[in-house]
Amino acid sequence: MSSALLIEQLLNGLQFGVMLFLMAAGLTLIFGVMGLINLAHGSFYMIGAFACAAVAAWTGSFWLGLVASLAAAAAAGAIVEILVVRRLYERDHLDQVLATFALILIFSEGTRWLFGSFPLYLDIPPVLSGAIPLPGGAQYPLYRLAIIAAGILVAIGLYLLISWTRIGMRIRAGESDREMIGALGVDIGSLYTLVFALGAALAGLAGAMVGALQSVQVGMGEPVLILAFVVIVIGGIGSIKGALVGAVLVGLVDTLGRLLLPKLFAIAMGPSEGATVGAAVASMLIYIVMALILALRPQGLFPANT
Amino acid sequence: MNRSIPVNVVLALLPVGIALGAVAFDEPFFVTLATRMAILALAATGLNLALGLGGLVSFGHAAFFGIGGYAAGILATHALYMQPILTWPVEIGGTDSMPAIWLVAVVVAGLVALGTGAISLRTSGVYFIMITLAFAQMIYYFAISWPAYGGEDGLSVPTRAVFPGVNTATPMGFFAVCYGALLVGVTIFAILRASRFGAALQAARQNETRLAAVGIAPFRIKLVAFVLSAMLTAVAGALFADLNRFASPSMMSWQMSGELIVLIILGGTGRLFGPVAGAVLFVLIEHLLGGATERWQLFLGLILLGVVLFARGGMVGLLAGKPRHG
Amino acid sequence: MKNFLKTGLLALSLTAASAAFAEPVKIGMITTLSGGGAGLGVDARDGFDLAIKLAGNKDVTVVTEDDAMKPELAVQIADKMIQSEKVDILTGIIWSNLAMAVVPNAVAQGKFYLSVNAGPSPLAGAKCNENYFNVAYQNDNFHEAMGEYATQQGMKKVFIMAPNYPAGTDSLSGFKRFYKGDLAGEVYTKLGQTDYAAEIAQIRDSGADSVFFFLPGGMGIAFVKQYAQSGVDIPLMGPGFSFSQDVLGAIGDAALGAKNSGSWSHDLDNPANKTFVEEFQKAYGRLPSTYAAQAYDTANLILSAAAKADVKDADAFRAALKSADFKSVRGKFKFNTNNHPIQDLYVREVVKEGDVLTNKIIATAFTDHADAYAKDCPLK
Repeated sequence: MSSALLIEQLLNGLQFGVMLFLMAAGLTLIFGVMGLINLAHGSFYMIGAFACAAVAAWTGSFWLGLVASLAAAAAAGAIVEILVVRRLYERDHLDQVLATFALILIFSEGTRWLFGSFPLYLDIPPVLSGAIPLPGGAQYPLYRLAIIAAGILVAIGLYLLISWTRIGMRIRAGESDREMIGALGVDIGSLYTLVFALGAALAGLAGAMVGALQSVQVGMGEPVLILAFVVIVIGGIGSIKGALVGAVLVGLVDTLGRLLLPKLFAIAMGPSEGATVGAAVASMLIYIVMALILALRPQGLFPANT
Repeated sequence: MNRSIPVNVVLALLPVGIALGAVAFDEPFFVTLATRMAILALAATGLNLALGLGGLVSFGHAAFFGIGGYAAGILATHALYMQPILTWPVEIGGTDSMPAIWLVAVVVAGLVALGTGAISLRTSGVYFIMITLAFAQMIYYFAISWPAYGGEDGLSVPTRAVFPGVNTATPMGFFAVCYGALLVGVTIFAILRASRFGAALQAARQNETRLAAVGIAPFRIKLVAFVLSAMLTAVAGALFADLNRFASPSMMSWQMSGELIVLIILGGTGRLFGPVAGAVLFVLIEHLLGGATERWQLFLGLILLGVVLFARGGMVGLLAGKPRHG
Repeated sequence: MKNFLKTGLLALSLTAASAAFAEPVKIGMITTLSGGGAGLGVDARDGFDLAIKLAGNKDVTVVTEDDAMKPELAVQIADKMIQSEKVDILTGIIWSNLAMAVVPNAVAQGKFYLSVNAGPSPLAGAKCNENYFNVAYQNDNFHEAMGEYATQQGMKKVFIMAPNYPAGTDSLSGFKRFYKGDLAGEVYTKLGQTDYAAEIAQIRDSGADSVFFFLPGGMGIAFVKQYAQSGVDIPLMGPGFSFSQDVLGAIGDAALGAKNSGSWSHDLDNPANKTFVEEFQKAYGRLPSTYAAQAYDTANLILSAAAKADVKDADAFRAALKSADFKSVRGKFKFNTNNHPIQDLYVREVVKEGDVLTNKIIATAFTDHADAYAKDCPLK
């Protein structure tokens, strides 16, 4: 295997990880501040992708689509928080699981009602099309590098927001002691709505960016949702840093496992058999990694201060 | 006055009523529906042991449901074609006898639950929810890519398994077996809940440190509950495969795990007959909505949301009022 | 109301099919109308309904219900349609795993099942049944056609790829059955995978002269878009599903030039097909897909059989179905001994007609092609 292929795969793993981070950051923030398990987070991802595809098709501009995806997902998040989720903070996880499970059904069929049954078209913006050369002679798509860059920017932005701003201070306070910030006169209701909308917007952004690479269709959010849960559990729920590390870890393990395992098994079992078995093990790999990590560190890699 | 006894009696008799009504009005499909209710109720009763009594929110019980289904499918297939499953170290053949299939389902699911439970129970809260999900996903992907028994295509169960003294090929005969299994499952749940083990399990849910202080290891109690819970769900899975004459990886999908949880909450968490109420309601809603509109999943979502927000305690909670204890 | 009681509103034509049947026919259609796979089911339903509507026959009733792509639900709906709705014929299932769950049950209860899509190999071979008719294809057919085409074109190093599940492994073995060159690589991906960067890098590295892939639904859309963006210019080919009308819009121009196989294309030159494509566009405002065409043929086959024989007389009706005496949009159509089609298979290329991406036939891979499993089927 050439070094160029390996470098390319590492970048692919990183890009996948960064995309997972955008999903996981919102999930972990919502859990950390409000203690809520949100199964419907994948729906915001889908809403972002559909909003971007619809607006891009209508205006011809991917960038307007991207803005629309942020706005639509944030708005959907805020509405859901005010109408439904607000009533669930004091409930146990079981009620939260059922309510947000119901939200998935509602959002999925609602989207299909609005946009029809066929997948939508969304392409990458012309500016970011094409590939740039890598050391070793390979080419790497510019758009994927842009996703990596966007993810890193979001990570830095979140860090600054949480560490240095007033809102961030309240979020941190909310994570460590919920009653306390209420007593301090912070309007908890609007803080929660804000955090929820922020998390939804990040998911929507991820959906829009990835929608240009993949298929914009109903149900696209759930596979990513499951992976995002794996990420935050590995990283430690409530920890943004944990989400970042977990996301990159999952991205790299999954990508490299898919590349290397079939080859490994092919050496032992012959090409055709080995490819099938290797692919089967590769599809289970991240779950195996997650089980191992939790067996050794039941609170994840970076336990939050809960 | 506690209304839970009459409500429980009504709920216990509801599937029988539906099945007998189906025969009386010559609507044979309702026997199938009642059978489906009984099986799903049994699966959820199994989960309720872990979830309702022990507070262990397993998001991976579909794996055990699927293991039961595959036990039925694999054993019946081997019995039909008379191929042994194992030839070494001992020769093991297929079988189409329900008790034998259940035994295999219970043993395999129990062993898997013992292994995964021992790891999962080191965690708690959301971590527990997610690690059980991860183990179920692992088994799900394994089933999809394991070609010997059909992979994603699933496995046809060629002939319905037999039960001594009952003609399971008839809808009513099979319903009787499933309903009987449900009653046994509910009885086991009731006995366990009232036992010292059940008391310790519920104490473990409420206050683990206090339990440890009186010299009971919460880990062991929870592990036993998790394993028993998986075993009951596996029996339901075997019956489900016999009902559909088919076992498939989708029995192990995370949506199925979610549906089992939904059944419990819909009926009333921790209530003896909660899963029964939940299963009756869910199957009826699915049947009626599915027949009425293409967008049935949207309305199903709205109904479920309504139940969480406005009907706390589920169906049984609405009918019988608050539970006497935690 | 989903239980569309479509009792042919328009008494348009006065063909044989519109004459009153000896006995009314009730058809149960189980198909996927929700979730990510809904596009295929919606097309199949629309194609089927269109044929029934055009026939304008009041003796046909169609009951439709959504299976949500779940085998357990499909089985339950099949039981409901058989036991409660008392349908005579079942049809509509898109996916092989659902067909494997439903078909053996339905025929065991003495009902007819006609497949509008999906032809898993067991049902074509050892587990074939006299009451199961496949009006679409046997699963391997389209892949075999592409393998034959690759051989005809003298390709020497093809990279092949499919998801790791039964239809995927069947696909690649179907391709290899007729492809005579070497393989540049054989890759099985995860079912439902949406990022193909790793595989594309392997393709780039493999030195292949062509890529054959089978990735149904959203997986295929994702792969083709990413492939085009990656700058790798090894030509793509696949079975018709990968470039069917229902996904071309979402793939966009990235699909242009791709070769794919099928038994039908909207430019097939025969009168039945002209009527079908025109009426479909008029009724639904879009071009039909392969799934719509197959469902349309299925409905017309049922109508032709019902005009000849009483559906309650199973032997006579079965013989009427088997004679396949209907005007197929595929031009010619007949059944093999195992009740699966013997038909021509074409190679199509993705082209742009005006603003719309669609397929155009460029070659014939097989004439009167039968599947490889018929010899295992005891039917005569």
